[in-house]
Amino acid sequence: MALKKNKQFRWQRKHLLGLRELNAEEITYILDTAKGFEQISTRAVKKAPPLRGKLVVNLFFEDSTRTRNSFTLAASRLSADIIEFTKKTSSVSKGETLLDTAKNLEAMGIDIVVIRHTAGGVPKFLSRSINACVVNAGDGFCEHPTQGLLDVYTIRKIKGTLEGLKIAIVGDIAHSRVARSDMWAMTKLGAEVIFVGPPTLIPAQVNRLPVSVSYSLDEVIEKVDVINMLRIQFERLGGNPFPSIREYSHYFGLTVERMKKAKPDILVMHPGPINRGLEMESEVADGANSVILQQVTNGVAVRMAVLFLVNQAAAQSH
Amino acid sequence: MKKILNPEQIDQIIKDLTIRIISETPPGVDIAAIGIRSRGEILAQRLSAQLSKKLGKDVPSGILDITLYRDDLNSPQGTAQPQVRTTEIGFDIDDKIIILVDDVLYTGRSIRAAMDALIDLGRPKAIKLAVLVDRVGRELPIQADYAGYKTDVEPGKLVQVFLSESDGKDEVVIE
Amino acid sequence: MNSELLIKNGRVIDPANGIDKKCDVLIVDEKIAGLGKIEKSAQKVIDATDRIVAPGLIDIHVHFREPGDEEEETIASGSAAAVAAGFTSVVCMPNTNPPIENETDVEYIHRKGRQTRKTHVYTMGAITKKREGVELAEMGLMTEAGAVGFTDDGNGVQHPAVMLRALKYASMFDVVIAQHCQDDGFAGNGVMNAGFHSTVLGLPGMDALAEEAMLWRDIQLVRKLRHAKIRYHAQHISTARSVELIRAARKDALPVTCEVTPHHLLFTEECCADYDTNYKVNPPLRTANDVEALKQAIADGLVDALVTDHAPHLKSEKELEFLAAPFGIASLECALGLYVKALIKPGIMDWPMLIKLMTVKPAKIIGVDKGTLGVGKQADVTIIDPNAEYKIDVNKFRSKSRNCPYHGWTVTGRVEKTIVGGEIRFERNGKSK
Repeated sequence: MALKKNKQFRWQRKHLLGLRELNAEEITYILDTAKGFEQISTRAVKKAPPLRGKLVVNLFFEDSTRTRNSFTLAASRLSADIIEFTKKTSSVSKGETLLDTAKNLEAMGIDIVVIRHTAGGVPKFLSRSINACVVNAGDGFCEHPTQGLLDVYTIRKIKGTLEGLKIAIVGDIAHSRVARSDMWAMTKLGAEVIFVGPPTLIPAQVNRLPVSVSYSLDEVIEKVDVINMLRIQFERLGGNPFPSIREYSHYFGLTVERMKKAKPDILVMHPGPINRGLEMESEVADGANSVILQQVTNGVAVRMAVLFLVNQAAAQSH
Repeated sequence: MKKILNPEQIDQIIKDLTIRIISETPPGVDIAAIGIRSRGEILAQRLSAQLSKKLGKDVPSGILDITLYRDDLNSPQGTAQPQVRTTEIGFDIDDKIIILVDDVLYTGRSIRAAMDALIDLGRPKAIKLAVLVDRVGRELPIQADYAGYKTDVEPGKLVQVFLSESDGKDEVVIE
Repeated sequence: MNSELLIKNGRVIDPANGIDKKCDVLIVDEKIAGLGKIEKSAQKVIDATDRIVAPGLIDIHVHFREPGDEEEETIASGSAAAVAAGFTSVVCMPNTNPPIENETDVEYIHRKGRQTRKTHVYTMGAITKKREGVELAEMGLMTEAGAVGFTDDGNGVQHPAVMLRALKYASMFDVVIAQHCQDDGFAGNGVMNAGFHSTVLGLPGMDALAEEAMLWRDIQLVRKLRHAKIRYHAQHISTARSVELIRAARKDALPVTCEVTPHHLLFTEECCADYDTNYKVNPPLRTANDVEALKQAIADGLVDALVTDHAPHLKSEKELEFLAAPFGIASLECALGLYVKALIKPGIMDWPMLIKLMTVKPAKIIGVDKGTLGVGKQADVTIIDPNAEYKIDVNKFRSKSRNCPYHGWTVTGRVEKTIVGGEIRFERNGKSK
């Protein structure tokens, strides 16, 4: 006998491709679901049976330890079987194509594909081509939805709500899928997002996005409730968007000195792994305002929720 | 719609169950009530309050969410999609007698799920089942240790439990 | 014995001679022998009532992929597609594998074209060896072999001094230098137009400046060389700013021509939203503002040629991730209907104007004596049913490739017969030789 609710919400997506296409209700539903998964990681038997007999593939075309491990852990805690498939690609794709690979995996009877790829749009492309559920674990610099979800989950858990919060996202916005997914999730849940970085790392026509932009971390730090420091990804930076790491850190590094200007209860976040001394000083990364490790913990719960929900949607569409 | 239990009757059942539980529990063994979301959780709270009062010691209560252990997760579920919620048990269940509480015992499938969920949390000394309404129609070899109201209402009917904490009134009806 | 072919009662449109009237066209052997009311009988008579009788259509920008990528297209398959679409002449781009960069290469294309006996197949040669933008290719010898212009299409000539040298050198031969305007510094690794959509799709953007900066530069080079005998042609222009640059160059009477493709008239960057690689083209699809500017440019007479930039690709290549898939749309076979949809239906132009931009004007760019029904000219004629509606079906394409986002579209205006050199090479619902 279910509780009678005003509105019966149903999760209906068998793919999680990005947060841009989700509405606030859907995002909130994932977060609420994740809450139920959080405790599994803390109890004696760190496993529940809902994906028993399901096959999850971690299809990673780009280096990642953190996200892949987090998904592996999430899937195994839900009792799924996991195949790890890691392949480095070049953009010139002679030989077996992505589609070939996916079709081959599908022939093995997979249920969920967790995909990371260097090219934006690959999860969407894949979702059109195969029957399995597709979960985006990061595509190019388009989206990284589970990171966006775990970020808002962490903030909500500590601050209670996203509504009315001011959040700065600092660094290489142009090449950051985290910045994009964060932006969609945070603004949909009512927060105000400020992109902070040098103009050379702010993407085209940012004025059409629901954010404001600042080139001055010093001005922004005083007024925000949350600051998310992006990792400088040297492999993605094209050309020479800033003169030197030293100069970048000078303007955009989160230093102990800068933290003095911040609100006392500011949350310091980072998607990891940190370039210590570059985006932020060690003392800040390990300081009292840092929630970086909580993000990692919450990431597992959020990914469990996502795997659970896409599988639910698939089960119901059968 | 037929009303089968009114607030006084419900209250009496809780009191009766309390007495029976106490009489069958060896002295010196810790007991706790764990209710299945969401009506079971309320009944467990009421039961633990009664037990605490009668025993003169704290009998903790907890909430068990069984969604992840349901056996129908991978089949189409019609309009009702189960939502995963938290399990809230703030005590160690090892070596305790756990009174598992639900509102209606029918097919027994929820209880099977609940027992699996409990076992993943620890190793209780025993699990006893207490329900407000025990209706005919078991699909698994499961029986209640403590049943309040027994009914042989035919399949297809709905036994609806309302409790004041969640629904504003205490009442059990057959629809 | 002479062969005679009489086309009766058609609406004869010959923009070169200012003709748009209902009359007959007589073809004797491979030449136009008469135009007007012709009472004599002929061996073969075609009734063209309610049909447009036009000079054979000319597409000065196609990719037939031979040599090198014959799985995608061959000169034979491309020519068959061309003639079925009413094109009696096409100009192949030299970015084959290996590229067309010497007289032997040019002769190879011509030979394959002749063997196919469908449409006239011309080719441009590369401006620079291997299309690397460093050393000039043998433009003189290629011109002698029949190359109708030069381009490094697929690439722009990056170095300004090399481009200046190419224009100067080409002035010896009275031949057009065509440029794929793309400054690689600005273009980077872009795969679609840079802007809001590339930002949210997380795809590298190609700034409009990449095209405009090179076009601007080239116009300065042309200006410097204005007294030499040069001709410069900007290929597939796609932005509003490019239109303005062309407009200014025309005002200064510089020898600058340009062309526009159907996809830059029919699609915007928003089409990339689903990562459908059939919309991945270079130059990329732009904004609605750019589309409007291109249409205005055509209305204003600034555009000299409508071209398809027919770029066939294998299904397996287009089924790659958006980042990795090749650029291009295969649209040769439905081109006419697309132009009608983009230009005639909205009232931007009428049939005589459309035919002008598909016949005599492009012929002039490449310097061939074609694109007219003048008596004594080679008898390349296309007969069009301007009212025929049909559904584009890529599976019926004669082209080897299917990378066509127009599949399923209903368009108006269909080619019925294509006559090349006096010979009927294509007949709808009939046998095509």
